[in-house]
Amino acid sequence: MQNRREFLMEVAAGAALIGAESKLALGVPTKATGKSRVVVVHDNALRNAAGVPEPARVAAMLDRAMETYFHQKDPVAPWKQLVRPGQVVSLKVNCIAGKGLSTSIPLVLSICERLQQAGIKPGNIIIWDRTNHELESAGYTISTDMNHVRCFGTDSVGYEDAVLTSGQVKTQLSKIVTQSDVIINVPVLKHHGIAGVTMAMKNMYGVIKNPRDQHGNNCNPYVADLNALPELHRKLRFVVGDIFTSIYDRGPGFKPEYTWQHNQLMVGEDRVAIDYLGWQIIEKKRAEKGLKSLENSNSGPHYIATAADPQHKLGTNDPAKIAVEYVS
Amino acid sequence: MKRFHCIHLLTALLLLATLTAVGCRKKAANPFPETGKVADWEKSSETRTFDAANLWQYIDGDSEQYIQAGVVNTSTSDYKYKGSLEATVDVYTMTNANGAKTIFDADPQTNAGTAPLGDAAHVFQQSVVFRKGPYLVRIVAFQAAPGASDALIALAHAVDKRL
Repeated sequence: MQNRREFLMEVAAGAALIGAESKLALGVPTKATGKSRVVVVHDNALRNAAGVPEPARVAAMLDRAMETYFHQKDPVAPWKQLVRPGQVVSLKVNCIAGKGLSTSIPLVLSICERLQQAGIKPGNIIIWDRTNHELESAGYTISTDMNHVRCFGTDSVGYEDAVLTSGQVKTQLSKIVTQSDVIINVPVLKHHGIAGVTMAMKNMYGVIKNPRDQHGNNCNPYVADLNALPELHRKLRFVVGDIFTSIYDRGPGFKPEYTWQHNQLMVGEDRVAIDYLGWQIIEKKRAEKGLKSLENSNSGPHYIATAADPQHKLGTNDPAKIAVEYVS
Repeated sequence: MKRFHCIHLLTALLLLATLTAVGCRKKAANPFPETGKVADWEKSSETRTFDAANLWQYIDGDSEQYIQAGVVNTSTSDYKYKGSLEATVDVYTMTNANGAKTIFDADPQTNAGTAPLGDAAHVFQQSVVFRKGPYLVRIVAFQAAPGASDALIALAHAVDKRL
């Protein structure tokens, strides 16, 4: 068991820059090392006797992750670098799998608390996904009260009329995207029967009107094309990846016989790097279980490489250019 | 007068034929037990149904394997056991029994228990999966709890009887 902040691992040596052409929103981490930084926090004591993550430990994990990523000792300071008072900040969660495998509510509430401490009014914080039903099924409470943190699905407000095109994707965005100044992506790492893996970039299928049209060819290049939409790309500021519980096969629905408790949180700006690392976690678990790799199961997540290619430049999938800091 | 009788006779025959047809038609199965029909289980949501074309709205990337196996529609409802253990019952109606078998056989055999449910069943700590003719039933609890498996099997038996 590693001690807190004790173990820093860079996936591999090498200092090739993601560089000036990077489209990363903040660019904070790349200047020092030339690598995309990702912070992974692990807590073996995360759960109570019933196997449920303890809210206080979840909040502490979030703070450790953010403080480490932003080199801060004050848990509110990182959020002040991400958002400004007066902005509308939305948290795109993932609730399609229901209670067993959706974005942790204590995690989302912890983010909301820190955002408010960073000066965001409660009513300017929106927790959202595709539908109210999905959110409620995952345990969230729908609210449109401006005096509180709001929580509702796109089905409450609808999609923009404007049809946007990016590569092979032609779609309409949720009005919550257009109403947001900043989007914090709070996905769940899962196996996905078509895409191979779903985490940060695939979670954006929940912000458009026609996700079903984007599932051909293992979702490639659709996931990358969608994430390259300027309207989306500009607002996607940060990823807080929930890997408390994950599923290594037969996903993305909740099937307890394929899930395991991973007890990790993964944060960073580079969603390609985060998806790449999430993919490795799924592959490792599949190997442990004696399953074929995703590639050999005809569901390799090739969209991750596409997102990193010179046409998309959404981040890096090169392990030599990803610096992972593991924190306990 | 003779013509009048013929019309009446024809009308009566038509009526009889219609009533016979309606009476013989098997009522569509409602597999979801109401609250109180299974000890300690309550039905906690309305039943929702998705046809093959919009199944993705419910199960996203899972939908493809069901479509390839010939899913006609999927119905789902939530349940609660003793007011706390939450579970979901999904009933996939396939074109035929082969479709249900295809999905069922794709699930792992290892670590699975069994129970006398439908044509075949897999029982896990937090879930029960069984097939019966063209139906594939998946019952999943969202928490691990003592006695959960037995409770799920009891609910599964009630669903089985209604199919």
